[in-house]
This record gives sequence, C-alpha cells and structure tokens, in this order.
Amino acid sequence: MTDSSDEEYLHTEWVPYSERPEWSDVTPLPQDDGPNPVVSIAYSPKFRETFDYMRAIIAKGEKSQRALELTTEALRQNPANYTVWQYRRDILRELKANLQDELDYLDEVIGQNAKNYQVWHHRRVIVEMMNCPKWELELTQNALDNDGNAKNYHAWQHRQWAIRTFNLYDDELDFVDRLICEDQRNNSAWNQRFFVLKHFGFTPEVIKREAEYAMDRIRVIKNNESPWNFLVGVLRQSESGKLDSLPEVVEFSEGLYNAGNRSPYLLAFLIDLYQEQALESKQEDNSIAQKVYALCEDMASKHDVIRRKYWQYVASHLKTQLSKQAEGND
Amino acid sequence: MWSSDELFFRNFAELKNYQYDDEKISTITSREQIKTESSVEKCYDRFVQTQFINPRATQLNRMQHQQYLDLMLRKLPSNYECLDSSRPWCIYWILQSAQLLNFAFDEQTLDNVVQFLIKCRAPTGGFGGGPGQYAHLAPTYAAVNSLCIIGTQSAYQAIDRESLIKFLFSVRDDDGSFRLHVDGETDVRGAYCAISCAKLTNVPESVLSELFTGTADWIASCQTYEGGFGGAPDLEAHGGYTFCGIASLALLNQADKCNKKALLQWTLRRQMIYEGGFQGRTNKLVDGCYSFWVGATIPITQATLIGAEKSMEKTLFDVEALQEYILLCCQKANGGLIDKPGKPQDLYHTCYTLSGVSIAQHSESAMQPQVLGDLRNELLPTHPLFNIPPKSVAAALHYFSNTSSQDAGCSNST
Repeated sequence: MTDSSDEEYLHTEWVPYSERPEWSDVTPLPQDDGPNPVVSIAYSPKFRETFDYMRAIIAKGEKSQRALELTTEALRQNPANYTVWQYRRDILRELKANLQDELDYLDEVIGQNAKNYQVWHHRRVIVEMMNCPKWELELTQNALDNDGNAKNYHAWQHRQWAIRTFNLYDDELDFVDRLICEDQRNNSAWNQRFFVLKHFGFTPEVIKREAEYAMDRIRVIKNNESPWNFLVGVLRQSESGKLDSLPEVVEFSEGLYNAGNRSPYLLAFLIDLYQEQALESKQEDNSIAQKVYALCEDMASKHDVIRRKYWQYVASHLKTQLSKQAEGND
Repeated sequence: MWSSDELFFRNFAELKNYQYDDEKISTITSREQIKTESSVEKCYDRFVQTQFINPRATQLNRMQHQQYLDLMLRKLPSNYECLDSSRPWCIYWILQSAQLLNFAFDEQTLDNVVQFLIKCRAPTGGFGGGPGQYAHLAPTYAAVNSLCIIGTQSAYQAIDRESLIKFLFSVRDDDGSFRLHVDGETDVRGAYCAISCAKLTNVPESVLSELFTGTADWIASCQTYEGGFGGAPDLEAHGGYTFCGIASLALLNQADKCNKKALLQWTLRRQMIYEGGFQGRTNKLVDGCYSFWVGATIPITQATLIGAEKSMEKTLFDVEALQEYILLCCQKANGGLIDKPGKPQDLYHTCYTLSGVSIAQHSESAMQPQVLGDLRNELLPTHPLFNIPPKSVAAALHYFSNTSSQDAGCSNST
C-alpha cells in the first residue's frame, strides 16, 4: 500500500519497519485503546507503526542497538513520550553506550524542542552520569539565544541546576549583565542575577551595589517592573528588611516622584515604603499615612485602575491597623 | 432600574491611554508587548463598532464550544500526536470545559471514558499518558479529576486508591518534593498533582502526614523575591507554578509557610492594564490560560488571609476586564478558545480560559455571580483548589470517606 499523500515518506526515503529485514523477527504490538476508545488521535501511518514496534520492544525488554535507534525514531515523532525516554536511558545503561554521542544527539534534539520537559530532564541525567558539565553553559546560552527573548524557562532551569551542582557561578554575573544590557525588561535575567547573589551572600556592600545597579536601570526606563521587583528583593535582604533601609533609595524614589514620574511601579514602591514607615512611627504623626491614602487614591483612579480594588484595600487595611495600634496604646 | 451589580465593559477609547509606553527604548520585550496590544486593540475596536448591530458581540459562543468539545472527545486530529502522552489531560480539559458550560455527555460516552482511563492505569498504580505508558503524576491528576467529574461508582472504582497511594509514595523524595514519574524531573507540579489526588480521594490523615512530610517546606522554598513561586527553588516566579504552590499549601493547611502578602501583590500585578487578561511572569505577554492559574490563585490567597482581615471579602482583581479579554479576544468562531489573538484553538486553552471566567464570575459571591455581557454567559462554578465542580469534590470526598475502611493503615471504620 502506498500513501501518496504522505510526502514525508518520499523525502526521507522512509522504509516501513515491516519491510525491513532486520526487524522481521519482531511482531508489532498495537496500542490497546479498548473497544470504545475516546480522544483517539488520527495517527499518521508512520507514527502508528513506529510506536507499534516500540511497544513490542519494550514488552520483550530488548535493550539493543536497534532498540536504541528505534527510540530515536519514536522520539523524533513524539519528543514528549516520557516512557520512551525512560526506556532509552535503560538501554544506554545496559549497553554502556558512549554518552558523548548522547550529548551530541541531545544538542540537536534540544535545538528543535527547547520547550519540552523531557529533553532537558534527559540531558540532566546524562550529564549526571558523565559527571561532566563542560557543555551546559554553552548549550543553555544557545537555547536562550535561539529563544528570541532569552526567557525559555527550561533553559534557565537547566542552567541553574548545572551552576549549582558543579559550582559554575564565577562568570554568571557577567553573562546576566550582558542579557540585561540587551533587554532591561528581561525578568528571567534579573531573576538569575538574584540567584547568583544569593549564592555569594547579601553582605551590606552587595546590597548597596545591587540597589545602585537596579536604580541605574530604572533611571533609563522607569516603567519597567523587573528592576523594581529586584530592588525590593535586595532591600528585603538587609538587616532591617525594610524598604527605607538605604537612604539613597528613598531619595531616589522620592526624587523621581517629585520630578513628575507616575510609573505605577514607582508609586507602588512608595506606597509600601510609606506604609511601613506609618506603622513604625506610631500614631502621633499621621502625615505619612496620609501620603499612603493619597497615593492609593491616585493609583485607583488614574495610574493603576485595573487594580483599584486592591489599592482601596491597602488604604483601608492601613487605617484599620493604625486604629488598632492607637487602641493598644490607650 | 440601574443596578449597582451590573457589570460593564470598559471604556475602550479611554483605555487607549493605558497602552504600553516604551519610553523610547525599544527592546525585544517591548516590541512583543506592543505587537500583542495592537492585536488586542483590533478585537476591542471591532467590538466597539459592532456591539449594537451584532447581538452575538457580547456572547460566549456556547454552541460552537460544545460542538468543538464533543467532536474532540471522540477524535483528535493528527496534530495532537504531540499529546499522545497526555490523553487523560485531553479528557480532563474536555470534561471540565463541558461541565462549566453545563453540557453533559451521554452515559454511554462517559462509560467509554471510564473504560479508556482504566486502560491508561499503570500496573504500578497511577495513570500513564496513554495505554501501556508508565505512570506519571500529571496524567494521574488529570485522570483522577476526570473520574471524579464523572462521579459514578465505576468511575470512582477505576481510580483504585490503594495502588494510587503506592504510586504516590514511589515518586516522593526524602525532602518532601515529588518527581513527575519514577526517575523523572522534580518540580512544584509534582507536589500539587500528588496532593490534589490524595486529598480528593480522601486519603486517611495518617497516610497523608507520612506522604507529605516536608512537602510544605519544600514548596515554600520555591517562593521567590518577587512573591510568586517558581517551579523549583530559585527559579523565576511563574503563574502556573504559583497556582500549584499556593493550592498545595492551602490543601495541606499550611499557607502560613509562605509570604502571603507578597504573593497576593505579585499575583494581582499579573493582570495586564490594557489587555485585561493575565500574564504568567513579569514582563511577559498576556495568555488566556493564566485566567485560571493566576485568577484562581487570587481567591485562594485571599482566603488564606481572610481570617485576620475583614476587608478581604471582595475579589481584588478586575473580574470584568478578565471576562472582557476572554469574550472579545479569545474565542474562535468555529469553537474553542485560545491564548491570544492570532493563535489556534486547543483543548488546554479552552479549559483554562473557561475555568478562569468561572473564577471571575463566582469568586466574589456564591449567590450573585458577576457575569459580563449576555446573561447566558454565566458558567457553572469550579473549585479553585482542584479545578473540578464543587459538587464533584463533595461527592468524591463523601464516596471515599465510606471506602476508607478498606485501606490498610486506616482506623476510620466507623
């Protein structure tokens, strides 16, 4: 039977397994969907046949070179089939296969399926087996470059794993800095920066330096949530954990506000900052609380209307907390 | 008479003031954002032009979505080959969507679903992505949820709780985290799927405490400096993992282990000022599926805070704007829903956009749903922790409380 509509057969000169002499000893095992299947996928003949042979091989537990090649074909057709990946690992262990070849194979597969859980997990297991992280930074860098916006979650996850497991932190801040320079809005890069800093430790000097780093970026683009979140994250690592722990940050944010900037991230930062101060300063001076109420009102009506219910809640919550404090002091 | 409860579409002309300002510094992120906003703008403009002449302009296309689901439950096109290891997921997405639309499949079809899921059950306990595939936590979650939605005696029995528990123990690591399958990857999805299955099948307390020792601490360690949760410690905060994180902690009754205030703030910030839908990460694009992942996280987080704070009664996100995005930007004329304008429909997005709309409609008040547009747009409620109907959760808990005496290690025989 020829399937003339399936041009793929012609291009790749696909020979069905049933016509290959080296597979003549294997009886394909069809999928058992039962008598009344649901969500039946309209498999192509090639897909169906490949997995019929794959099932037969798994059923008899054959771990051979041809079985390895069969998994390659099956995974080409469905790289998300975790059962086939798992079986492939069993074969590799059994055959004591050359794992460098497996890495080369994975370079190609990851290049084509960079947003797939299974390919990255397989890579991780192989690198663990080889205990050799030589190529992982390059691989993940390529995946991030090819991604278009350098935000591929799997690539970052693999990169963090390799860095943590094999202690590859040394050049990572430079790499992150390069990505932030390319796109200051790349939140994944900011997250990676935090990951590296956490490893080396948030000393007072580091906190000061990193706050400056974030503020330098904010000076260029104010309405960018990433450095604002990063700034808050860094300040929380200070001894007091308070947003006003560095006077230069308070001065910077108030300066922006006084210069007329109304980025919702700036205003949100000021609201949190003043809120903390209002609760610290007790009830005598409620001018700080008034600032919070005014800013919340501005957010709710003008700058961040979609979160108006939240800003109303923040204001009323502060009011409640302050009056509770006042009662407690009576 | 004007009712204070009536929901309105936003003023789309005024809304244009909230479009993205790149401050004259163009990067890949700003270019993608501007492009997405312009595709959303086209949908909003079209609505403004046709709202008074096209009676369907404010409608959820129920019939088309039902037909789409009905067709897909029977036969999936060949481009679903990439989901050949996720067939219980396809079933769950269809059944949950149909439930929300108040569309019931006939008994015979549902029985076929039960029989098929039994074929997906692995000899090790748990379910695989298709017949003969190894057990995996994600399709196990999908299968358990599907069988509880069906809710018949044979459906509950198909879960086979005893072997399910064995499987859950087999993917647990010493630190309380869970692998998705034996020797598979570890992330918060694993913990959530395990907890959800165990809680929904009413696994006895003594078994739960052994199964989930350390799990809440491990999950809490996935919360990032931004306030959301990453897939594993130190990874970027992400809407999907954040749902898994807080839903797990809430199910374990240990939400206090995380910073709830920071979580609420991060979650609310994911709602896009112009588009109205949610993004999944800071500086990423709107995607219809986060209507549920982020949308459900908000009432869950609020519920964990509510004990201390009365002013938390209202859902704090903009439930109108979210419905607007789904109604006007995410429906395909021939049925099914999508990520964002220009994308093709699929079952995953159909399920999670509709689930998000249901959350938006019902999370404020059980008595008074907040329905935008045509009155017939009202969907049935969903349980925010399991994402199946609340009545299915109640029925499953009831069924499995009566069968618990059959399990070894359970003393609850009264």
